[in-house]
Amino acid sequence: MIVQAICFYLFAAITVASGVMVIAARNPVHSVLFLILAFFNAAGLFVLAGAEFLALILVIVYVGAVAVLFLFVVMMLDINFVELRQGALQYLPVGALVGLVLLVELILVFGAWVAGPEVAQSIAAPLPLATNVTNTAALGQLLYTRYVYVFQASGMILLVAMVGAIVLTLRARTDVRKQDINVQVGRRRADTLEIVKVRPRQGV
Amino acid sequence: MNDALPSFVPALPEMFLAASAMVLLVLGAFQRGPHVAREIGWLGVVALAVTAALVMSFGYERKVSLYGMMVTDGFGMFMSVLTLIGAGFAIVMAMRFNEREGVARFEYPVLVLLSTTGMLMMITANDLISLYVGLELQNLALYVIASFQRDQTRSSEAGLKYFVLGALSSGMLLYGASMVYGFAGSTNFDTLAHTLEASNASIGLIIGIVFVAVGLAFKVSAVPFHMWTPDVYEGAPTPATAFFSIAPKTAALALFVRVMIYAFGELVDQWQQIIMAISVASMILGALAAINQRNIKRLMAYSSIGHVGYALIGLAAGTPAGVRGILVYMAIYVFMNIGTFGVILCMRREGRLVEGIEDLAGLARTQPMLAAALAIFMFSMAGIPPLAGFFAKFYIFMAAIDARLFWLAVLGVVTSVVGAYYYVRIVKIMYFDEPKGAFDPGIGREMQAVVLISAMVILFFIVFPSPIVGAAELASATLFPG
Repeated sequence: MIVQAICFYLFAAITVASGVMVIAARNPVHSVLFLILAFFNAAGLFVLAGAEFLALILVIVYVGAVAVLFLFVVMMLDINFVELRQGALQYLPVGALVGLVLLVELILVFGAWVAGPEVAQSIAAPLPLATNVTNTAALGQLLYTRYVYVFQASGMILLVAMVGAIVLTLRARTDVRKQDINVQVGRRRADTLEIVKVRPRQGV
Repeated sequence: MNDALPSFVPALPEMFLAASAMVLLVLGAFQRGPHVAREIGWLGVVALAVTAALVMSFGYERKVSLYGMMVTDGFGMFMSVLTLIGAGFAIVMAMRFNEREGVARFEYPVLVLLSTTGMLMMITANDLISLYVGLELQNLALYVIASFQRDQTRSSEAGLKYFVLGALSSGMLLYGASMVYGFAGSTNFDTLAHTLEASNASIGLIIGIVFVAVGLAFKVSAVPFHMWTPDVYEGAPTPATAFFSIAPKTAALALFVRVMIYAFGELVDQWQQIIMAISVASMILGALAAINQRNIKRLMAYSSIGHVGYALIGLAAGTPAGVRGILVYMAIYVFMNIGTFGVILCMRREGRLVEGIEDLAGLARTQPMLAAALAIFMFSMAGIPPLAGFFAKFYIFMAAIDARLFWLAVLGVVTSVVGAYYYVRIVKIMYFDEPKGAFDPGIGREMQAVVLISAMVILFFIVFPSPIVGAAELASATLFPG
């Protein structure tokens, strides 16, 4: 038990600390690296909670794909982040005030957490017991039955994202020479070849 | 725990629309020819009509399906059909514009269909999860539509602004939804209503509801969450603006009403004051800020903010009469907006779209029919009897008085008088100012039809109000169980 508690506080502390570093780091590449660290620790928290599938998905998708993509974008685009940040200080008082109000609200709310007795019964879609099925199977059972409607709709959202990206960026360029195999195969000798009779000492 | 795959029959309209969008996408990608966009557009209109027929085939009866994820009832049917009508007109209105601006691409109707699928999901959502997924499907397509004229900075800027603020509002909505889930233990509307009936709401749940309301207020662009509206409406291509002001607004308002009245109906004392505050603020801002506008699209943005304020009075009332008022209001609002944007899209000078209000001068002399139509829509928006806009406001104010919200009704009347100034000013400019030059002739048969149909609806609502009012009456009753 004590080991678990130590692990939890360790992971949680590193997650929060690296979260702060993501916005505080001067170098954007360092920011992204701290983001990856935060993802890893969040995955650790998931493992502690017994959700190993989510933990692995977090590492594979967020670290493996999203964060690496971020890294590429940050390195490819030469953005001067110091310049972007120059106006930020003047918004700090307002932002800090809003954050403070939110924090106080949250403390008030979670300090007075009372869940009614019927809340426990109505908890939406409890997972199957972890002893019976594996994590992955349990998620699959829910996704393809109870949540199949929204699962399919999420697929539609991805389709829209794909269509949108193509609509906004694809341009039919006219200055590119494309290989057209049909034209190449259908070419006749007469189209390209001309036999010229060259008389001696007259040139072409 | 042995769940089976649920029956998908109740989701038939959504599935049909999504499938036809995908078929049209493939068709458009493989078709060649100069009129592909137009053909796909008309096929899209057909798909919307079939979907409307499918929606109507379910009837007024309330039925929860797909493990409580969606609900089909009269309220949803009414709003879905309105949204589908709005989307159909938006596709028709965009055809000629897109061809002239050189952006006639088949993706436009496909994106409209996809976003309409999201709207149907929103309207029939019975769970915070399906609400959110529907909302995102709708929004993501709308961002792309806003920046469809990608070679124009204005359009791209509108899309980006819409995206950033839309993401912000989605974040707020999700935050609120997570609080609601944390304190009530469920995201399902039925379970939420049941839980709230049994126990008092905790402060955390109320904060969650406030956040959900803020997110939804962003989507219907109610003050103080309206700031994206004028910029996006001005920057987006005009047919896209027409679409934004019609279909998403109807769907988001339907969602707002369903979440507040059905899921959180027990807490009406808690949210009523919020709705009243944003309603009053929207009415006042809609009336005052529009006065100084020179661009007619910006003016329409402020006008739509004001209209949302009036519709929210019905929600603040929280009664069946109030919901009926909203339904009638939205039905008439949709047709007024279709007509107005139809006229705006017809006004071109030297091949360019005329957007300034001063440029309308003397329209009555150069194009008397268009001017007459625009005058009808403007008088209707101002709420002058016997046009339909008057009855829209009438039902809303009646509901407010029945719910003993007298000052809200009085404020509504006062702001609509103030708002009448800028509507009537447009009529004055069209009829009494010196013409600034001829408009391009040849507005196209489909645009004539669009303007004519909406003008007919607005004019003759007083003679045949029963199709809309009767259906709204039946539809609003399904939202109040027992």
